[in-house]
Amino acid sequence: MSETTPLLSVRNLSLGVQRKGRPTTVIVDDVSFDVAEGERFGIVGESGSGKSLTLRAIANLLPAGVSVLSGAIHYRGQDLQTMPAKSRRRLAGPEIAMIFQEPMTALNPVMRVGDQIAEAPRRNLGLSKSAAMDLAIDMMRKTGIPDPARRARAYPHELSGGLRQRIMIAMALSCSPRLLLCDEPTTALDVTVQLQVLRLLEQLCDDTETALVFVTHDLGVVNQTCRELGVMYAGEIVERGRVKDVFADPRHPYTKGLLDSAPDFDQPDRELVAIPGFPPNLADRPDGCPFEPRCSFAVEHCRTDRPTLASVLPGREAACFETARIFQGATA
Amino acid sequence: MLHRLRFIPGRILQAIPVALGVSILVFLMSHLLPGNPAVAILGNHATPANVAALSKHLGLDKPLWDQYWLFISHLFQGDLGQSLTYQQPVVSLVFSAVPVTLTLVLYALVLSLVISVPLAGWAATGPGRARDLAVRAYTLIGQGMPQFWVGIMLILLLAVRLQIFPVGGYGQGFTDHLYYLFLPALTLAISMCPTIIRSLRASTIQVLGSEYIGTARSKGIAGASLFRVHVLRNAAIPTVSIVGVNLGYLVGGSLVIEHVFAIPGLGSLMINAIFARDFPTIQGVALFVALFVVIVGIVTDIVYTLLDPRVDLANTEAVR
Amino acid sequence: MTTTPAPTLAPVKPARRPARARSLRPWYRNGSLVAGMVIVGALILVAVFAPLLTSYSPTTQDLEASLQGPSAAHWLGTDQFGRDVLTRLIWSTRVDLRIGFIAVLIPFVVGTILGGLAGYFGGWLDTIVMRLVDIFFAFPFYVMVIVLVFVLGAGETSIYLAIATVSWVSYAKIVRGEVLVAKQQDYVMAARLGGFSHLKVLARHIGPNVLSQAIIYAMSDIVQDIMAIVTLGYLGLGIAPPTAEWGSMIADGQQFITTHWEQATIPGLAVVVVSLGLSWLGDGLSDLLSPDRRK
Repeated sequence: MSETTPLLSVRNLSLGVQRKGRPTTVIVDDVSFDVAEGERFGIVGESGSGKSLTLRAIANLLPAGVSVLSGAIHYRGQDLQTMPAKSRRRLAGPEIAMIFQEPMTALNPVMRVGDQIAEAPRRNLGLSKSAAMDLAIDMMRKTGIPDPARRARAYPHELSGGLRQRIMIAMALSCSPRLLLCDEPTTALDVTVQLQVLRLLEQLCDDTETALVFVTHDLGVVNQTCRELGVMYAGEIVERGRVKDVFADPRHPYTKGLLDSAPDFDQPDRELVAIPGFPPNLADRPDGCPFEPRCSFAVEHCRTDRPTLASVLPGREAACFETARIFQGATA
Repeated sequence: MLHRLRFIPGRILQAIPVALGVSILVFLMSHLLPGNPAVAILGNHATPANVAALSKHLGLDKPLWDQYWLFISHLFQGDLGQSLTYQQPVVSLVFSAVPVTLTLVLYALVLSLVISVPLAGWAATGPGRARDLAVRAYTLIGQGMPQFWVGIMLILLLAVRLQIFPVGGYGQGFTDHLYYLFLPALTLAISMCPTIIRSLRASTIQVLGSEYIGTARSKGIAGASLFRVHVLRNAAIPTVSIVGVNLGYLVGGSLVIEHVFAIPGLGSLMINAIFARDFPTIQGVALFVALFVVIVGIVTDIVYTLLDPRVDLANTEAVR
Repeated sequence: MTTTPAPTLAPVKPARRPARARSLRPWYRNGSLVAGMVIVGALILVAVFAPLLTSYSPTTQDLEASLQGPSAAHWLGTDQFGRDVLTRLIWSTRVDLRIGFIAVLIPFVVGTILGGLAGYFGGWLDTIVMRLVDIFFAFPFYVMVIVLVFVLGAGETSIYLAIATVSWVSYAKIVRGEVLVAKQQDYVMAARLGGFSHLKVLARHIGPNVLSQAIIYAMSDIVQDIMAIVTLGYLGLGIAPPTAEWGSMIADGQQFITTHWEQATIPGLAVVVVSLGLSWLGDGLSDLLSPDRRK
């Protein structure tokens, strides 16, 4: 594979709900981003911004009723949509794996955790039962689970939340995938456990050079774990760039709003400013910029025309007409 | 896992007062039957003197309390008395009838699972679509058909018209039994299936919408093995307790079905005993049937515990 | 410009409300309910106006006309005593429907009261009731009913008593279960704290929700009772001949199954129709009274 072909390439992806006789509801609108090998890409947004669905579209796990309206997803140069279903299914496990938010419901309650981890290698790598179990125990050890041989015989409800999430990680990485999709994996965990799990993920992915697509609403998590990020609002990516740069110098009013409303340990006395209003109703999209109603910098043509992602700096993109005016000379 | 089975002794202990209560109920019921069995036995020789003598001989003239005491004390010795009609120990009559009924009931259970599981799975994978509606139509109609009538219809179709199966009877030898028992077992199965299908379909739909199915798919698991490993075991759990409850109804239903198909099981024994006012046999059979239902309840709880590792019945109420 | 909150992707399940939850659509759009009402309504009309529907008597014998197939004079033929089958079918509706509906009442009342008290007050009352339930539950329905009817002698009253003795158990279990759950709800504790007496709490707060579950079960119980009545009739333990009754009609017809198969078949179909109507009615009611608990 050449240097220039990204591992994952999402181009103009739109997802939505199509119902007979009713107008289509667009949930994810014209989203594009690339993820290189070993890259760590974060997608940040509020609930309902469409970030989870984007991930599920890549993993071929869209819920019933939601479909791909347009656009393409390329993995290693191959179009996932047009490839035969069987080939796409074969990618699940050894190439593309996913971690879910709530490990209690995401694990089969009547199956021992060791068996659940061993299942994918047995099926996808053709390992024998005992070899797969050895691999499973080894993965459990790598994810920091104490006494893995004994713990492998446990059932999910017998383990704590943090342990369950480690099981999920072990399960996802068991076939050494090239791309790991994470849907808010630490949101359901205690804060103290969150950091451990994040560090674990980072370390494991570094060791194996696995690329990460990390969906979250928590800016701190993105800051910690990701190198590149895309900010999603109302189903669109409104800003894209390297995490450090974006956080230090945001170029979209929404991103700025997010940063202003998040606590920052480096500036404990800074007043938190919430973004006024609510995200738009997706069934009733306005014509102009979706953020316009809540934007304190909006002008007339923000309401009538929709901005698209455009380059504002090398390696930085933002979807805003007024970005130059708003952020020129802005200091962090 | 064995740790979770520690509820069993307690459950068995609980079953004892229930069995005792059942025995009292049975005793009272049969002794409330109108008519003196001595009259029925003597038939044409029923002169007042003979009736009085036989009654005394059978202990029928003693006060009820004494009779019950006799009944219970004999029970603990494994003696259920003599059948008034057949002049044989009730125990031996019951023991020769039990395997027949047991075979019929298990046969019916197997048939109903064979029919229900695929139908339920089929319907659940396409909720709202044509096949789902067809299956649900069957469950609705199936619940409305009287069991004995289904039996008669099957006889009409398969025994009288097409002459594939016999009209009734039990046959000799194991394969013969299976052949003769097919229609009655099918009758019982047709009545059981709607309940099983409704429950299994609902729980399968629920399981298919679960997060862990998504997880399994993300690992590349699909198709038959997804169904077998992840869906079926989870979906079966609520259905097991429903099947357990219905097994009791099944035994009751087999009573009438045995009559329709002339099968020498507990049902026929019971009905004939009722018509002949054969107290001891009525008591014996009723006791056995009740005991069977209690045991089925305990077995259901055990199976449920084995299937679902989250369940700990020693701490919570029974599955019913 | 005002904006509405974005719809979250996963619907939020509403908490159980104390009073009956209302169905989202009006009753006349509820398919099962309408179908059930139509069928049951038609059956009731047939039962009430039976004498007006045919000119034949259901019981008078006419041996010269026995065992005729369907014809213009006798749409469904005649039975072995020359009685018009259609007439008997219609008149049987009176018997089976009436007995079925009445038979439900005693177990409903007794079971609900016992179950409610057991669940609400708990303690030794609960233990006693539950032991009784276990004992009665261990007996299969049909075994008990058949023995009891035999004990009490064939006839309508025996059927009511037999069914009442056996069926109250299910109501007790359901109601007790519902009361146990309802007892824990905050609104009940609030009512008790507010000074309401036990009776008032039972009647106004726990009652409606619990009763609707009992009513829904009663619908399927009526079906079960009609099955039992028909089965008893088939065994010769039910309503005595010559009264027309579907079960005994099937028994009569069974003898001629090789020559006149419709005699045994048609009454069974009548039972199926009745069950279908009642089941739909029950499903519709269930949807109406507790839509948040759709099966």
